[in-house]
Amino acid sequence: MSYRCTIKNRLYRFNSLKALLAKASPLRSGDVLAGISADIYEERVAAQIALADVPLKKFLNEAVIPYESDEVTRLIIDGHDLTAFQTVSHLTVGGLRDWLLDDDTTIDVLQSISAGIIPEMAAAVSKLMRNQDLIEVAKKCNVVTRFRNTIGLPGRFSTRLQPNHPTDDPKGIAASIIDGLLYGSGDACIGINPASDSPTTCFKLLSLINTLREQFEIPTQSCVLNHLTTTINLINSGAPVDLCFQSIGGTELVNKSFGVNLALIEEGYQAALSLQRGTIGNNVMYFETGQGSALSANAHHNADQQTCEARAYAVARKYKPLLVNTVVGFIGPEYLYDGKQIIRAALEDHFCGKLLGLPMGVDVCYTNHAEADQDDIDNLLTLLGVAGCNFIMGIPGSDDIMLNYQSTSFHDALYVRKMLGLKPAPEFEQWLIRQEIINEDGKLITNSFNRLLQSVNL
Amino acid sequence: MSEKGVQHGNPWQALQQYTNARIGIGRTGTSITMHQLLQFRLAHAHARDAVYSKLDVDGLLAGLSQFNLPVIVLHSKAEYREQYLKMPGLGRDLDTPSAELLRAYAPGADIVIIIADGLSAAAVNENAVNLLEHLMPMLVNDDFVLAPVCVVRQARVAISDDIGAALRAKISLILIGERPGLSAADSMGAYLTYGPREGLTDEARNCVSNIRQHGLAHKQAAEKLFYLVKQALNKKLSGVLLKDNDEHGYVP
Repeated sequence: MSYRCTIKNRLYRFNSLKALLAKASPLRSGDVLAGISADIYEERVAAQIALADVPLKKFLNEAVIPYESDEVTRLIIDGHDLTAFQTVSHLTVGGLRDWLLDDDTTIDVLQSISAGIIPEMAAAVSKLMRNQDLIEVAKKCNVVTRFRNTIGLPGRFSTRLQPNHPTDDPKGIAASIIDGLLYGSGDACIGINPASDSPTTCFKLLSLINTLREQFEIPTQSCVLNHLTTTINLINSGAPVDLCFQSIGGTELVNKSFGVNLALIEEGYQAALSLQRGTIGNNVMYFETGQGSALSANAHHNADQQTCEARAYAVARKYKPLLVNTVVGFIGPEYLYDGKQIIRAALEDHFCGKLLGLPMGVDVCYTNHAEADQDDIDNLLTLLGVAGCNFIMGIPGSDDIMLNYQSTSFHDALYVRKMLGLKPAPEFEQWLIRQEIINEDGKLITNSFNRLLQSVNL
Repeated sequence: MSEKGVQHGNPWQALQQYTNARIGIGRTGTSITMHQLLQFRLAHAHARDAVYSKLDVDGLLAGLSQFNLPVIVLHSKAEYREQYLKMPGLGRDLDTPSAELLRAYAPGADIVIIIADGLSAAAVNENAVNLLEHLMPMLVNDDFVLAPVCVVRQARVAISDDIGAALRAKISLILIGERPGLSAADSMGAYLTYGPREGLTDEARNCVSNIRQHGLAHKQAAEKLFYLVKQALNKKLSGVLLKDNDEHGYVP
């Protein structure tokens, strides 16, 4: 069916919900590249006006990507909870925006409808919302997960310590881990992107973190971010795997380009669960996503990149992840051109993920060919702190020397915590105090010659 | 430099010997120090300048003259840098005048060497001729038939498919500026494709990366590439099926 809006005698027609969503999207280079964005400013607003009037029920009857040909659509439709949907089933997309911002719509209400919201509804409403709307509603939807510590509690702000090294040198990685811990980083996890996908290397890196964690009884979890099939093999060969990692996208085809499908992710999930290594919880998955991945694999079915991204969250939520991270500025300027587009996309992703019940973190980042710099990082970081983001990355001096991009530093996380009165995960906070890394007020203890340093034998 | 509360470095600064990561960099309050901030900004400026740097065509022509080969200067369909960044596809195709220009050359060669700006023309200005000074003699000694050298502006890796196909070269080898990082803005990559033709993807190629003075040295890179070129010709393939030989001793 087609959707219409007339402005000053000009009739805008949108031939499908998919086309309407694309035309209603705030400007970004990836949708222009795909040839699906609004041609002029007026057309974009016309699409938003038309979208605001679409009943949410419509989304259950008009699939953006066909049910028959895409297992992610089947997951979304078959997994939809009609009972949870009841509360909002009478609303339009525009009505949902107003309802979400209503002060009577509390966290309890939001949690009760989460399973009734499908990704396309979340994407649609986000397109109508301003940045402050995205921040305000996301802040209400706090999502808490557990493995060896508790991530996502109100008033808490965690970091993934990312100690990458271009040749996976164990001493180099250990040095960055120690630096990070002494700056209070690492409660979301200590997670290494290996330069090599070799199982032997990954086994060594997992053992390295495991030994350090056990020696100092650090209440956190480790992850080496290799392909899920490598992780399954590592589990079978007895490696100390805490979390099972995988990059995912919002269509069957993009997941195929990542070398996975739902059955394989389920296998990884079950394998990680079977180890029972979590002490206070069973959230064992770590997913990464990012707008533009579907288009770059030519797997987007002409759907806009933000809708594809939201659909990835349907994949994620099936496996009750500990962490979901949208790596927002990594993909490059052909998808998100500048700081403005990166900031907007990050707030959309964080909002959509939280509304769908996911423990969202954001890799606040950019590459050197994007029109962005540390000032954009600072802006986004501060906005995400206000929005109640679960975690960000912690990278020595913001400079990832293996992946060659810039993200948030250990210092950046301390800045947000200080400005907004946020603290690390409670178990990790207590550990930092016991280690004399921070004091009871959360301040770093100056020049503490920490026992961590004295006992590490590099 | 002894302001109260400003720590230039941390007590664990000694750990810096194990990694180039920015560890032990100290702090003032919870922020990085003035010195660190400016050093970071400078590294980013170098990377940004590299993205917008231009091929030094005159310098390249002068440097290439020693090889006694014709040199053709070409351009992709991307007219300017912003367009190049936003529409990657345009950088993969030759513009019409360039495609016509290539038709004037007699086709058929073992290998065509292509020099392209990619995301850092500075890297190529710096490293391309230096690498070829090692690689060319090896190819000549082995009686390779060389196509004219092509210098291409606003180009991406896949433009080597168009050029290789037009000149009917068995192998195309493109030397191209890599995306600049903070630690190196002058890093050049080399991509080798056997049987270049339109529509190939990256798994059909072999890559030798990080070629620069303080990365993979020019001589080593040339030896590695020469080895790959010979293997590709021998086995009539490139990409994931063509492995670097570990015993050869060149670790990327």
